[in-house]
Amino acid sequence: MSGATPVLVTGMGVAAPTGLDTETFWRASLAGQNAVAEHDGFDVSRYPCRLAGRIRQFDASEHLPGRLLPQTDRMTRLALFAAERALSDAAVDTGALPEYGMGVVTSTACGGFEFTHREFAKLWAKGPHHVSVYESFAWFYAVNTGQISIRHGMRGPCAALVAEQAGGLDAIGQALRSARRGTALVTTGGVDSALDPWGWVSQVSGGRVSTSTEPEEAYLPFDERAHGYVPGEGGAILVLERADAALERGVSRVHGVVSGHASTFDPPRGSGRPRGLRRAIEAALSDAEVGAQEIGVVFADAVGVPQLDQEEAEALRGVFGPEGVPVTAPKVLTGRLSAGGPPVDVVSALLTIRDGLIPATAHTARVPAEYGIDVVRENRAVPVRHALVLARGRHGFNSALVVSAGDVRGRHG
Amino acid sequence: MDRMTTEDLRQVLRETAGEDGIAVVSEETLDTSFTDLGYDSLAIMETATQLTRRFGSRLDEDELMERRTPRELLNAINHALAQAGS
Repeated sequence: MSGATPVLVTGMGVAAPTGLDTETFWRASLAGQNAVAEHDGFDVSRYPCRLAGRIRQFDASEHLPGRLLPQTDRMTRLALFAAERALSDAAVDTGALPEYGMGVVTSTACGGFEFTHREFAKLWAKGPHHVSVYESFAWFYAVNTGQISIRHGMRGPCAALVAEQAGGLDAIGQALRSARRGTALVTTGGVDSALDPWGWVSQVSGGRVSTSTEPEEAYLPFDERAHGYVPGEGGAILVLERADAALERGVSRVHGVVSGHASTFDPPRGSGRPRGLRRAIEAALSDAEVGAQEIGVVFADAVGVPQLDQEEAEALRGVFGPEGVPVTAPKVLTGRLSAGGPPVDVVSALLTIRDGLIPATAHTARVPAEYGIDVVRENRAVPVRHALVLARGRHGFNSALVVSAGDVRGRHG
Repeated sequence: MDRMTTEDLRQVLRETAGEDGIAVVSEETLDTSFTDLGYDSLAIMETATQLTRRFGSRLDEDELMERRTPRELLNAINHALAQAGS
């Protein structure tokens, strides 16, 4: 979108199994610290899948008003925590800005499983009068957007997008479009948590969760040993601002620029038509006005299921040529966070641009030659100006987002 | 329990809606509306559900939700309890 006001990332808040603040998370990513471990939230010994990326040491009562505790699921508590961190990082005084000039767009793929599981148990054991009235919204896909909007007085354009993993990127893409259309500030991203017994069986029954009990070998995207992924919990919230609005309120520090986004949907398998990921990448590059050769790194969707890894590799080969761009998936250290994962990858992409250091795909070792992709297996020091983040959602969602180096005046170069 | 006190009501409200960012129910705020105290409609609905559960069929949940202030709510509860007890 040449001529349009650039859209900046002015704040970031991370809630990941490897860290509850951005720098701790980033150091863990670069150090290869693995948060994947036996799921000890309840007894998983009789389940076929036992490894998870859990967030430990998160005490919601330390971070949220007590008033919000009876009405929020864990995923909403994590989202409110990350949103507050992001707004604090952006040093924005929300009370001083027009409330209709600030919007919220978030994604959650699972909704409030733990809260609902508890209320359903009360319904069956004690009867309807024992079910919390807050169940009416605590489970809901839009609840994180709503709670963030209420807490921070953001009454501009608000939305919730659901597209499994891809929803986390689609939300940021929607925030980008909203800012381009004139919304001064948009709080955006995604958070998921569904590791309670009901959430766990729901994820396991999808059939793609690793049955390995070895934390270093369970989630091996693009490896010839790939056999599934490990689920995790958490996500990230970003503050996007129009450059003109950011200048006006005196923003001095910027994490980067959201340059472009696109989504596509796959045709049915067996139709003979191509998968939609390549088209999403090309459309996102076009929206960003960035050439494929300018992309310095790809943060891959990296499901860890051979057929899906092969299809992602094929799309990357098609756009960038064989081994044409470094490809990485630091998410192996946290597990896949549903809609929370891609926004965390966007944070990683911006920090890669900042530090000139691409975090490795820990654990992946043997990439089939026919994939033809350059998987980053050791942290790689290389200047990066533009990064591509990819996400796919089960049943056919594809999403691609480009972030770029920049300052308050916009993109560099 | 045959009679509900201001402190009893405060306890129930604390369980259902917490106390941060909300004016606490006390003798001084008995005539302030729940809305002005900072309770939203769902907090009042949840409170009415809890009270009905505590006192059983002696209370009408829908009627309790109509009460605008702590005093009106307390009066409605204590009136119903007195009727049931007589």
